[in-house]
Amino acid sequence: MATTSTSSRARRALVWLAVIFAAFGAMIASGVVFDKAGWTPKLALDLEGGTQIILNPQIAVGATVTEEELAQAVGIIRQRVDATGVSEAEVTTQGGTNIVVSIPGTPDQATLDRIRSSAKLEFRPVLITDVSDIVSQVATNVADALAKDPNADLSTLGTPQTPASWAVPAGEPTSFSDLNWVTPEIYQTYLTSSCDALDASGANTADPKKPLTVCADDQSYKYILGPVEVDGTMVSNASANYLAGANGVQTNEWGVYLTFNGPGTTAFADVTARLTTLVGAQNQFAIVLDGKVISAPRTLAAIPDGKPVISGSFTEISSKALADQLKFGALPIGFEVQSSDTVTPTLGVAQLESGLIAGAIGLLLVVVYALFQYRALAIVTISSLATAGVLTYVVITYLSQANGYRLSLAGVAGLIVAIGITADSFIVYFERVRDELREGRSLISAVETGWKRAARTIIVSGAVNLLAAIVLFALAVGNVRGFAFTLGVTTVVDLVIVMLFTHPLLQLLARTRFFSSGHPWSGLDGSALGAVYRGRGEFRVDQSVSSGKRSRVSKEAHKRRSIAERNAAENGGDK
Amino acid sequence: MSSITQFGNRLYTGETSINFIGRRVIWYLTSLAIILAAVAITVLRGGFAFGIEFRGGSEFQVSNPASTDTSIAERTITSAVGAAAAPKISIVGGKSVRVQTDQLTAEETDALRVSLADAYSVPVDKVTSSFIGASWGSDITSQALRALAIFLVLVSIVMALYFRTWKMSVAAMVAVVHDLVITAAVYGAFGLEVTPAAVIGLLTILGYSLYDTVVVFDKIRENTSVAYDESKRSFAESVNLAVNQTLVRSINTSVVAALPVSSILFIGSILLGAGTLRDIALSLFVGILCGAYSTIFIAAPLYAQLREGESESVKQGRKERTEIVRNASGAVR
Repeated sequence: MATTSTSSRARRALVWLAVIFAAFGAMIASGVVFDKAGWTPKLALDLEGGTQIILNPQIAVGATVTEEELAQAVGIIRQRVDATGVSEAEVTTQGGTNIVVSIPGTPDQATLDRIRSSAKLEFRPVLITDVSDIVSQVATNVADALAKDPNADLSTLGTPQTPASWAVPAGEPTSFSDLNWVTPEIYQTYLTSSCDALDASGANTADPKKPLTVCADDQSYKYILGPVEVDGTMVSNASANYLAGANGVQTNEWGVYLTFNGPGTTAFADVTARLTTLVGAQNQFAIVLDGKVISAPRTLAAIPDGKPVISGSFTEISSKALADQLKFGALPIGFEVQSSDTVTPTLGVAQLESGLIAGAIGLLLVVVYALFQYRALAIVTISSLATAGVLTYVVITYLSQANGYRLSLAGVAGLIVAIGITADSFIVYFERVRDELREGRSLISAVETGWKRAARTIIVSGAVNLLAAIVLFALAVGNVRGFAFTLGVTTVVDLVIVMLFTHPLLQLLARTRFFSSGHPWSGLDGSALGAVYRGRGEFRVDQSVSSGKRSRVSKEAHKRRSIAERNAAENGGDK
Repeated sequence: MSSITQFGNRLYTGETSINFIGRRVIWYLTSLAIILAAVAITVLRGGFAFGIEFRGGSEFQVSNPASTDTSIAERTITSAVGAAAAPKISIVGGKSVRVQTDQLTAEETDALRVSLADAYSVPVDKVTSSFIGASWGSDITSQALRALAIFLVLVSIVMALYFRTWKMSVAAMVAVVHDLVITAAVYGAFGLEVTPAAVIGLLTILGYSLYDTVVVFDKIRENTSVAYDESKRSFAESVNLAVNQTLVRSINTSVVAALPVSSILFIGSILLGAGTLRDIALSLFVGILCGAYSTIFIAAPLYAQLREGESESVKQGRKERTEIVRNASGAVR
């Protein structure tokens, strides 16, 4: 009675495994049919070839990036990449701060620039400006004069843009165009800092409510600008086209045509109305992109319709790129390239091939070792490994379809390492069964008792591995995650296979004559294992074991019987 | 049947017994000596050799050019970005040229990639380029170390709960840290380049080393638990028997785990040269060997030692109640 229920339990377990396979198979098939997904897992860039750029936010020391900002940035970058016509690009976040852009193939310079620049657009009124060289000359003159006479009258040394007084501003600034924004410190910076120094000082992350000292993007001009009046977030649409000339005729120059949203239009109308009343530098309106002035046109008339045109030294490509960037919005935070990796398809294929060859050799070695150690029992190992392999493949393909998981080289390494770890759980199980045989149990009962004890060990060590995988996946970045992921998947697969395949298979095999008779090639040969007690109180004399050893072993085995067995032996009857 | 099986039989019955627990001082001193020697050599060498991912820099790999003459790359780099880039040029896998330079800008990296393709007369898509900011490697590492710390805390709690004694947990943790330290020390002592892939391998050792320890500790617990022990063995002897009984298992699992890893190591080194595969496999290989050693020679003896101060009956666990159970069940010896 007990035996039939065991074998039907074993069969039920195998059926469950078949159900799992069928479920994953169906999900993958539906993915192939409905979403045009493939039958193979998607490969990461290091196997497929492509470019991976990791962007790191540039933020002030101590500040943090919020999740919304990061999500917003990811969305904008994704739109930008899509606008370039690159298909299958992936933009994801990593480690809570970084953005990873993965582009198949080898993108050109323009695409890379488009992704890299943050496109932070600001409109600021010009307070003071001049040609950089002249500003440097003034700086030299001032330094010379001060060296001769610390109290020299500096007001005569500068250009007309020099503030009338070098003293502290007369009062609080009343408008964004007010020269009272210019403090002696700001003016000092304007005079003496080089354009490179100004770029490096983080003009891109400057406070929008404060004045800003910057250079033109070609470093020809230097500016002191007022606070931000209008910014890129108020742009509702942008397009690139030829500029219209003074007489309305189309010129050869490219420009970016903007359309502001409601608040943007109002703000822009107010500013332009104010600027037209001013003269000199203060009549100019600086357009600052990523911390550099791309153009500072004079304001000839108020623009009430919120549709300005940005001119500058644009080409067709650069004007279109800027229009795209403005249309999709500026990134809420500036980014710098932390790492950029281009893997050629050739190397990718070479890496994948090497990984597969290494896996095949590793598998072969394990199979040979198993045959050597476990003889016919190795068939259980090999078929379990094969089943585990197929299940892993199916699960990874499904996750690749459903969650966009991509198999990387580190992931492949994880899969190969898993061969050994999976085979280990079979070894723990088999050795346990052999221990029970040594105790003198029959094979069928050895399999059951051995399983009870081995299962506990396998489950707890599986739990430890899973814990490692989860912690690494949750906390680590980059390749570590890919590796942790496959490690976690294979650990779960290992547990499923041991429970639903290896154990039921051994239960069924234990009933075959070849194994239960302890055939010398079965790997579960009682005499080779030194077993002397064959269940139900029946002792078998093993001729191959010396009598001295036999008596010692017999004593040992006798001592080691469980209470139930001892009862059975004492009563000599069946239960 | 193989002699290993018979060896296993003798170990199982106690006919052959290797005194792992008794000679623990020897094992402790051996490990200590290895660690101290490796640390000393590492310090003498001037610390770890960190890979480009930790230093920051640019790396290029030209796949299968007609000529693997490294002087071509040298000239290209000198003319493109000057000698200050301190290029390190090597041939990997016999047919690809790898160039590592100091930190270049992202733009310079892109430009140099094109120049290298020109110089070796291969299409640009045959040249792999990586630009790595200096913070990249340390970012990975600091997060990996945080993960490591959290994992060790969590797993020691899990093990303490599972084995119902914190002493096993402590012994297992000591063994894991021992493996991590020795593996790291091997990298330092031999001047092997520490790359993020090597860090991945190091982290995997955690899981593996604990796996090995759990298997042996499970047997120790069984041998020293309630119903099992009717022999007159001391606690240390019971532990020693458990280690001997699981020795064949430990050898088999370690060999089987090491086989695929050595296959990656071999293929990775021969076909690809230095890279992700080789780096992961190398640290794992060292770690697996260490893990097998530390379970038997460090974790088990340490556990026996931790419980040495307790009285025999506490260690053997509730003996009296066991006797009652036996009487009630009618078993007579």
